Amino acid sequence: MSTETIDLKTRLVTDFYAREAVMNGEAQSEFHQTKRQALGIFEDRGFPTPRNEEWKYSNVRDLISHQYQFAGEHAVTEEVIDSLRIANLTGNILYIVNGRFEEKLSTIVSPADQLQIKPLHEAIKERPELVSTYFGQLAKSESDSFTALNTAFAHDGVFIHVPAGKVVDHPVIIRFISDARAENVGSNPRNLFIVEQNAQVKIAESYRTIGEERSFTNTVTEIFVAESANVEYYKVQNEAEKAYHVGTTHVRIVDNSHFYSATVSLNGGFIRNNLNIELDGQHCEAFMYGLYFPDGKQHVDNHTLADHRKPNSYSNELYKGVLRDRSTGVFNGKIFVRQDAQKTNAYQSCKNVVLSPDATMNTKPQLEIYADDVKCSHGTTTGQLDEEALFYMRSRGISKNEAMTLLMYAFCEDVVSQIKIDAIREHLEGVITEKLTKK
Amino acid sequence: MLKINDLRASIEGKEILKGINLEVKPGEVHAIMGPNGSGKSTLASVLAGREEYEVTGGAVEFSGKDLLEMAPEVRAAEGIFLAFQYPVEIPGVTTINFLKTAVNEIRKYQGLDPLDAAQFLKMVREKAKMVNMNDSLLKRALNEGFSGGEKKRNEIFQMAVLEPKLAILDETDSGLDIDALRIVSEGVNKLRTPERATIVVTHYQRLLDYIVPDYVHVLYKGRIVKSGPKELALELEEKGYDWIKAEVEAETAQ
Ligand SMILES: Nc1ncnc2c1ncn2[C@@H]1O[C@H](COP(=O)(O)OP(=O)(O)OP(=O)(O)O)[C@@H](O)[C@H]1O
Ligand SMILES: [Mg+2]
Repeated sequence: MSTETIDLKTRLVTDFYAREAVMNGEAQSEFHQTKRQALGIFEDRGFPTPRNEEWKYSNVRDLISHQYQFAGEHAVTEEVIDSLRIANLTGNILYIVNGRFEEKLSTIVSPADQLQIKPLHEAIKERPELVSTYFGQLAKSESDSFTALNTAFAHDGVFIHVPAGKVVDHPVIIRFISDARAENVGSNPRNLFIVEQNAQVKIAESYRTIGEERSFTNTVTEIFVAESANVEYYKVQNEAEKAYHVGTTHVRIVDNSHFYSATVSLNGGFIRNNLNIELDGQHCEAFMYGLYFPDGKQHVDNHTLADHRKPNSYSNELYKGVLRDRSTGVFNGKIFVRQDAQKTNAYQSCKNVVLSPDATMNTKPQLEIYADDVKCSHGTTTGQLDEEALFYMRSRGISKNEAMTLLMYAFCEDVVSQIKIDAIREHLEGVITEKLTKK
Repeated sequence: MLKINDLRASIEGKEILKGINLEVKPGEVHAIMGPNGSGKSTLASVLAGREEYEVTGGAVEFSGKDLLEMAPEVRAAEGIFLAFQYPVEIPGVTTINFLKTAVNEIRKYQGLDPLDAAQFLKMVREKAKMVNMNDSLLKRALNEGFSGGEKKRNEIFQMAVLEPKLAILDETDSGLDIDALRIVSEGVNKLRTPERATIVVTHYQRLLDYIVPDYVHVLYKGRIVKSGPKELALELEEKGYDWIKAEVEAETAQ
């Protein structure tokens, strides 16, 4: 009888059918059929357990043992937004609060001929040809339960279209806010970015929580980078202790295009990031940088994939982490080089500093190479701070704590310096220094 | 200033220093020589506070305080400086940033206000000039990719900036070309004042031509087995260590 006895999956499935029942004609639309199919998959599979190899080290038991209010009301005002502002950050700044695109809070500065930004549900109506061509091409419900769940509830989120040849001079910053002040909240933001030939754009996703209750964010982003286009994509997570985040980004790049990404997990109770890049063209390049600092009992899991499908392309990946207290980290980096993808260059490296005997880091590089003329390398290291360096610094009068902070900061700097939106990089430098000096 | 009394230290259960006695007074320069592996760097490291070494006996007093009780950074703030035999490379931390942190942490310990950026830069430029250190090295990551000589020069430069009471130079001459040797020695000599003291660890007399010591000590198998005036260094250069080893063996045989 009471809601507590109903598990999260049942509750979500029930919600879906309740909403469908009041949909009238729209329930027959092609888009709704996709959603219904996704729901079927989710209903069938349920949430993953550690028996699923992809979720071996990331147990969602705690995440699914709570209820969340999805797409609920919130009381996020201009004032609240002001308190979250990043100094000197200008550009197209969008707010998605509890999964809803808040146009009133958002600012778009780029001219419409350079950049089209819409809530996804509007794009479905206004740009059906684009949505039906691209939506779900990369994020397949059958491959992952969280993607199926997100697809079943896909409604709001950000649609971005950059027409051919346009260079968007202002970055697009999408701020996902979970307002968990009143109750546990959940959201399934769904983003679709289409960047046409020769176009260029910088996009950042930033995640924040306000309030003390739990939040569950299940984001799916699909990014299509056409010939000779250039996309920079940043993801910054600075959520609360009780925040659960599952975020999946799929990217397809084709001939001569560039995709450049950095994923920075500053804070959050449970974080799982999937970043899958299809290199489906020649002479294209993908860069993946990552940085994470779990402390307390936080968990951060990064799964990445560089899927080389055509010859002569390049991917380079560097993930770094500092783990403290009882935190846990996972890095699973796959490189596929398909038979056709001769002359591929693919590099991967994951380096970790584990500062506490109770913290653990699991790393698993996976290389599957079916072409014979390729250059691939991978390496992972997990260790402590360099004792020699610490002593050297202390012998010059620098306290142990300060020396550790300097060394950790230096360790992170390789990744931080890759963030090319100045205001975001400077903001991160501040937050990272603060986090590293804490305790 | 520095009083070492029967100091014993070991690493991984192996005793390296087997009862060192040494007194250094303000204004003095002491040279420590001795065969490879005799414990010279160990002594230097123990004085600087390297934690891997376990002090198993004896005492060290520095300016009237118990040195062995202090953390390495406190020793530095109290005025001890070790120029490393093998300076450490620290990627990602620039020399200038590192030194600024060091200077201001020491000033904080001494109850002084931090130097502002302009004051600090001015001071650093002067000191860099004094040891002929190229400004471009200051902006690079600490010792990363520095040549052997550049690393040694960087040690002396740091010493010039930190102005220690007691500087311990561990084979700062090795890896230096003749010009660098002269410049580094001049740097050391400029810092020579009646209040400051220096311990120079070296294998070569030629350094002592520039930095003329008041005393020369021979460290062998963890003990100071011979001490003498600066002429002792010349004798060692000429005759090697065999005669000293023979003397020691004869004594222990008794
Ligand atoms: N970490 C360590 N583990 C084991 N033995 C060590 C360690 N560090 C030093 N030793 C040993 O202690 C002894 C003294 O070493 P130390 O470096 O002090 O010699 P040294 O007199 O400075 O020699 P050199 O002239 O070659 O610089 C050597 O036998 C060395 O192998
Ligand atoms: Mg030595």
